[in-house]
Amino acid sequence: MVEKKTDGAQALVKCLEREGIEYMFGLSGGAAIPIFDALITTNTKIKFVLVRHEQGAAHMADGYARATGKPAAVLVTSGPGATNTLTGIMTAHMDSVPMIVITGQSVSWMLGKDAFQEADIFGITMPVVKHSYLVKNANDIPRVAREAYYIATTGRPGPVLIDLPKDVGAAACTADLYQEMDLPGYKPYPETIDKEKILEIAEALNKSRKPVLLVGHGAIISDACAQVKALAEKLNAPVVNTLLGKGGFPETHRLSLGMLGMHGTAYATKAVVEADLIMSIGSRFDDRIIGQPDKFGRNATKIHIDVDPSEIGKMIKPDLFLVGDARPILEELNKHVARLDTAEWLARLEGYKKKFPLHYKKQGGLKMQHIMDELYKLTGGKAVVVTDVGQHQMWAAQFWKTDGRLDWLSSGGAGTMGYGFPAAIGAQFGRPKDTVVLFCGDGGFQMTMSELATACLHKLPIKIIVLNNHYLGMVRQWQQMFYDDRKSGVDLEGNPDFARLIESYENGKGLTLKRPADVRKILTRALEYNEGPCLVNAEVVKTDNVFPMVPAGRALEDLLVEPPRQKMEKPTGST
Amino acid sequence: MTQVANGSDTHTLSVYVANKPGVLARIAQVFARRGFNIDSLVVSSSVDGNFSRMTITAKGDPSGLQQVIEALRKLIDVMHCVDHTGEDIVVRELALVKIRVTAEERTEALQIADHFGAKTVDWTESSMILMVTGTTDKLDAMIGLVKKFQVIELVRTGKVVMARGAEET
Repeated sequence: MVEKKTDGAQALVKCLEREGIEYMFGLSGGAAIPIFDALITTNTKIKFVLVRHEQGAAHMADGYARATGKPAAVLVTSGPGATNTLTGIMTAHMDSVPMIVITGQSVSWMLGKDAFQEADIFGITMPVVKHSYLVKNANDIPRVAREAYYIATTGRPGPVLIDLPKDVGAAACTADLYQEMDLPGYKPYPETIDKEKILEIAEALNKSRKPVLLVGHGAIISDACAQVKALAEKLNAPVVNTLLGKGGFPETHRLSLGMLGMHGTAYATKAVVEADLIMSIGSRFDDRIIGQPDKFGRNATKIHIDVDPSEIGKMIKPDLFLVGDARPILEELNKHVARLDTAEWLARLEGYKKKFPLHYKKQGGLKMQHIMDELYKLTGGKAVVVTDVGQHQMWAAQFWKTDGRLDWLSSGGAGTMGYGFPAAIGAQFGRPKDTVVLFCGDGGFQMTMSELATACLHKLPIKIIVLNNHYLGMVRQWQQMFYDDRKSGVDLEGNPDFARLIESYENGKGLTLKRPADVRKILTRALEYNEGPCLVNAEVVKTDNVFPMVPAGRALEDLLVEPPRQKMEKPTGST
Repeated sequence: MTQVANGSDTHTLSVYVANKPGVLARIAQVFARRGFNIDSLVVSSSVDGNFSRMTITAKGDPSGLQQVIEALRKLIDVMHCVDHTGEDIVVRELALVKIRVTAEERTEALQIADHFGAKTVDWTESSMILMVTGTTDKLDAMIGLVKKFQVIELVRTGKVVMARGAEET
């Protein structure tokens, strides 16, 4: 019998399986055929999901990773197949989501010669990956696969791309499939925790009378949620969270003030404005939460805990900082802190909660908030919530109180419309037993709704709530507020009947929701349908606006709790 | 020999990197994205052929530079990155200057070259190439003086630096 040889593509699949990759999302093409073939010839345990557009594959891997804490792989072909993943890679990079992207490539001797479907994806993706490889030798594959997984998942996670020329995938891999990593320049965590600095931070905390803990995505990635909770309770300090920090600290907790920033709750934002100490745990002081950088926390001691040293001082110059993994840092810090005298502070914030509550009216047309509120009640808040980007995303962030660590998926840094639906598919693959709810606008849904086929084929019981206002609503809100209501390029005339659209796929169910009185009834029916995805086309009021709002570029104290009476100056901040 | 004063907008960085394809592109992107212009860049293999040494001088505001350094350190292929701006380190640069000189001008040109310890590495009826090494200031001074002749071409290597004694570059 002839001994079976392993080729490069088979080695890649075997090594990724060994690293723990469970799902691979992708779409084939000429240069990727050897890798697709290896999925069969290696008899791999990796489950492959065929998508309808490569962007969907990247978002699915992203959704899977955020919902499970484990990375998935993306497998696409060269050229347009590879470039179609770019938005998904950039989305993952901005939000520190681990992902391994494998792109087929033209044969290596044609590189740079404009071969059919050749694109310099290694070069194109360089600014949006944590690291990338162009593999020239099949014997490098075992090391590359191992390094890619390690880099993607450690420190501040992120996407890693492996570009595999067709001939390298087809060449024999004679190297042992277990190779040592060669990463002398990669130190994902500091070797030790600086205990002196921990004591300094503890001292600052112990002096504070008006502290605020600011919880970001890093706390979730680090799995430091229990430590955050212990710290907050020990100090008796209020907690605010970023959009991606939802679930890092239970939003139903008495000490939670919810999300801060541009569309955060008034009480969270006011707490940060008035605080004498702000301690960020795994947030990067993004421009959405700090408003005007030089006015942010002017009177507060600012403490920054982050695993990425390049975040320290990037937006906000901290008084104290510590680089490292949040979990061991908080474990140590919790030994040195005591209950603070925060009674007066908490009472003041409680007053803000009463004075400026989140609110909406159930009369006067169907509201997005009403639907979210009702679905929250029907599910008891026990669901993985995925959003797209825009008004509905902000309302969902406000009204859906997230308690679970991996129960909130949203494109934060990138603000990628079209993210939601494929991310929900990835989440449902990763969490088959949990209810996955997608809140999506009619604009964003149409960007990636080609994945209806994927969701229906796999009978994924996702609750797709299309909040259909027939507008690109967030932009329309800005045009109304800052551009004399000139609606330019925001009217989504020509929308399909989404409920009928999903019905044209086998296993798909479509429902239409028009009247506030029917909200509970229709949502209940959606929750009861589990033979496949159920889409609720919710015809909501067309011109509702999201408040509170801190106009871009303004300081947090310029928060608008209610719609302004007078015309606003055009915002100076970024987008 | 002193470098440009601290707080100046020219910075000298020494970056020790893996000797792999694409590393230079990754590093250049870190500068370009933040609006830094690279003034000079010297890359060569180090003692261990798996690594290369880059000496980069770039202009930009100091607070932005700290971000650049941190972003460089974050690259997987970067072993370390040191900002030598304002430090007492050894700095050298080499320049080749091709000047057009007549027979009458030749003596003065050679006197200038001699003063700066420059060597004549090419000599024709109407031109010569002077090679000068030293600090950037010294090169600037000599080039300034020979400008009285016609400078046909000028090629500078850009700075290379090395930390003194036990300090690591």
